[in-house]
Amino acid sequence: MNDKIISLISGVIFGIGLVISGMTNPEKVLGFLSITHNWDASLIFVMGGAILAFAPFFFLLKNKEVSALGAKIELPEKQNIDNKLLIGSALFGVGWGLVGLCPGPAIAAIATFDPIVIVFLVSMAAGVLAKKNIIK
Amino acid sequence: MHNFTPVSALIGGVIIGLSVVLYFYTTGRLAGISGIFENAISNTSLRLSNTLFLIGLVIGPLLIYNIILPNNPIAFEITNSYLLIIPGGFLVGFGTRLGGGCTSGHGICGIGRLSVNSMIATALFVATGIITVFVLQQLGVYL
Repeated sequence: MNDKIISLISGVIFGIGLVISGMTNPEKVLGFLSITHNWDASLIFVMGGAILAFAPFFFLLKNKEVSALGAKIELPEKQNIDNKLLIGSALFGVGWGLVGLCPGPAIAAIATFDPIVIVFLVSMAAGVLAKKNIIK
Repeated sequence: MHNFTPVSALIGGVIIGLSVVLYFYTTGRLAGISGIFENAISNTSLRLSNTLFLIGLVIGPLLIYNIILPNNPIAFEITNSYLLIIPGGFLVGFGTRLGGGCTSGHGICGIGRLSVNSMIATALFVATGIITVFVLQQLGVYL
């Protein structure tokens, strides 16, 4: 129960941060990716602010065995830098550059009620399920 | 610099970071949105919690734009070309799951934990994003 309420609250705060940062607007993200023409560096400040807020807490908390709600602390296992990481990230960047939406802003953008967001999300879900079914 | 908004970007970024802190502190999980999205559309034990997180992502902007800033529409400019939207969405879904993370999972959580993998992943998706936008601009798609 608590886990579900906290998930909802965390999502609300994340969504508020996204919309204040301007990153729910694809045009703003494309402005960051457009380094040769009217470059807009705002995205660096969004990521920088988020990293600066998170990193100190992470290093305070990471060696605890359980979270405040008593759940196991789940950290990604150390992995080699493999083709999946490289090819996947490269493909993600291409998709990101085509539209200017990554997963968080794409979902938050449902709040605009623009039907094209749904087309993007259905395509994104198809990509997720394709990966899940093709590659173990 | 065109439309450069460092102050609102930094404030929004810190709020995103605090959400990641709250989620990690309480649930013990990292808030990577592509992974949360995958769990929400798959049959996993985290399905309901993760769906609620995504519902929150939509409620947040609605709260801001209906209560705090009523009468201001959410700034949202997006292509109307399905030739960009459909492959774009598919590659974002496929690529983030193959690469194990997106802008939040690798870019914020990963770099925040000083993961070399995430730093490489972030550098790569920013690089291919820049190349993609450059190519589209040369083709006259984006100005």
